[in-house]
Amino acid sequence: MSGSRKTLALAALVLGSWAACAAAQDAERGQAKFEHSCAPCHGDGVGDDGRAMLPGTDALRIKYQGSLPALLEKRTDLNAEAIRTFVRRGTWSMPPFRPTEVTERDIQDIAAYLRQSSSGGR
Amino acid sequence: MAILPPGVSAESFQSGIREFQDAVGRDWVFTSDDDLHSYRDHFSYIKDQPNELIPSAAVGPDTTEQVQAIVRTANKYKIPLYAISTGKNFAYGGPSPNVRGSVTVDLKRMNRILVCDDKRNFALVEPGVSYIDLYRHIQANKLNVWVDTPDPGWGSLIGNAMDHGIGYTMGYYRDHFGAHTGMEVVLPNGELLRTGMGAMPASQSWQEYRHGYGPDPAGLFGQGNFGIVTKMGFRLMPAPEHWRNGLVTVPKRQDLVPLIEVANYLGDLAMCGEPWYGSPLTELMGNTEFRDAALAFNEGEMDRQAASANLHSWQVELQFYGSERTTLANWEYAKELVARKVPGARFTDGESLKTPLTREQLAATTGPYPTNMRRNITQGVPGLGIWYMTGRTERNPNAWNETHIGLFSLIGRSGEAVLKAQQDFAAVARKLGMPSLFPNAIQTPVNWYQFAFLMGNGFGLGGGDVSPAGKLAATAKLREVLRENGALGYGDYRAPPILQDDVADQYSFNNFALRRFNETLKDAIDPNGIISPGRAGVWPAVFRSMRGGMRS
Repeated sequence: MSGSRKTLALAALVLGSWAACAAAQDAERGQAKFEHSCAPCHGDGVGDDGRAMLPGTDALRIKYQGSLPALLEKRTDLNAEAIRTFVRRGTWSMPPFRPTEVTERDIQDIAAYLRQSSSGGR
Repeated sequence: MAILPPGVSAESFQSGIREFQDAVGRDWVFTSDDDLHSYRDHFSYIKDQPNELIPSAAVGPDTTEQVQAIVRTANKYKIPLYAISTGKNFAYGGPSPNVRGSVTVDLKRMNRILVCDDKRNFALVEPGVSYIDLYRHIQANKLNVWVDTPDPGWGSLIGNAMDHGIGYTMGYYRDHFGAHTGMEVVLPNGELLRTGMGAMPASQSWQEYRHGYGPDPAGLFGQGNFGIVTKMGFRLMPAPEHWRNGLVTVPKRQDLVPLIEVANYLGDLAMCGEPWYGSPLTELMGNTEFRDAALAFNEGEMDRQAASANLHSWQVELQFYGSERTTLANWEYAKELVARKVPGARFTDGESLKTPLTREQLAATTGPYPTNMRRNITQGVPGLGIWYMTGRTERNPNAWNETHIGLFSLIGRSGEAVLKAQQDFAAVARKLGMPSLFPNAIQTPVNWYQFAFLMGNGFGLGGGDVSPAGKLAATAKLREVLRENGALGYGDYRAPPILQDDVADQYSFNNFALRRFNETLKDAIDPNGIISPGRAGVWPAVFRSMRGGMRS
């Protein structure tokens, strides 16, 4: 391998590692935000008053009847655009979240986290 | 849907927006429809109506200095502001302002826990701090204090206290405004004020003596519009080592009177936490004979049928915080007091648990008796589990509670007052042709405030018609209920902006002396009327013609 090819390969390796590292950091931030702002309703804990699930998780279980996972962390179809729509517009009894609560960056990070969690990594 | 604040030209508004951007940065001033959608009341009865209470813009400061700059700009251009903390307060208007076109001052970014002291038992926080945030901070730092949380824990300590919200532990802590320990406020002219010992520059005890010296204006800022609170202290309950509960039932309808006397006595001596009242006669609801007797308030017949079914008329679940031995002693004492006053009373020991409860104990719903007590909130553990009440459930798979609203009237803290309120509320529902949700003769009060009872009004809103017309009709009906209740001496403690003038109208003693006093102050302190005009029915002179405008 020539010197210039070696340099290019090394640069690609460094860039690849950097991208992987950045993605991991996004997912880590996304997990923290998810646990702060989403998990109180959409987490995997039990609900109040003897309910088996938290309200958001239970609502999605009833809605999808098994065609999609009730837990957001197992969903593979929630990209940033979809998350933004639900967060900013709200749906059913979930009210919209304001940009001071969940920023655009948070949405991207949550999407990164859900990609990771739904693929089995966490 | 670009709208302008009332009386503000497009030019002035744009100048104001530019100055808001200079103050907080362009990223934190929101004017697009997409962004402003999240500042609407998700549960509004007037959603998409021409008078829906939506802002013209929102601005998100990060510091007190930025709030001061926003207020000064608003004064310059006479732009009405509406401050929110975490912006929840659903059932009471969510983040929506009183005046359409106001600029929302969104304090969520100010989310610092400045002090949390578990030796002197207080916290000092900014408005964006939620109950969940403070709870997590306490857990992470292994602090020996509890949070007294309302049902949904995403709300702000400051916002909830500002709207006179409540909790579920010991009496002193349940009144969230009452448990405050001083505040910092940006006044309508942009100046900064601190109440209590905070008024003393070198004070070492701001969170320990809220009165300071001389008149204390703190009450003006609760459900008020005299400034924007940017810091506030709260007394925190020291973590008890043990929790115990027990059930008391009494056989006859009139036994409610001594039962409440005992619970008041124990609560006011700080020997028990919130008592949870109920009626075992709920079981007889499906029985036509009983229901007829209950709807007619036929006490003799209700007692006869209750005895025949071997059911008692009333129950109270008592809970005790302290040590294993003190909670046992208090429970034994409660039994002794009730037994002295009520022949035939029955007692069932509940659970006796070391705190903090385990996750399994928090989730448990079974025990020595069926309980209505929600474990998390009695243990000061905030969450969102209660939100199932608004959403899709097995019983309600195809709809959500989009007219979620809270209306509770204050009533006297006695059995006589409860029994009278039941009859009064039922009479109002009949008079207004509203479907009664249940025989009001078994409705019980909540003792959220230590020294007061609240009762919901016990009626349905017209068969769940959630069409725009149905919601408008329901709103009109609610106004009639508030008027009728007010005439009978029942005032509400809290309301969404669309009904705040109606509630304020209930408080009309001496030709509205209180309102006139508040508005005299308002005009002096806020001559441009820029801080939350109309909040709790207090209208500044420049917007006073808008009073009652939501009724049209």
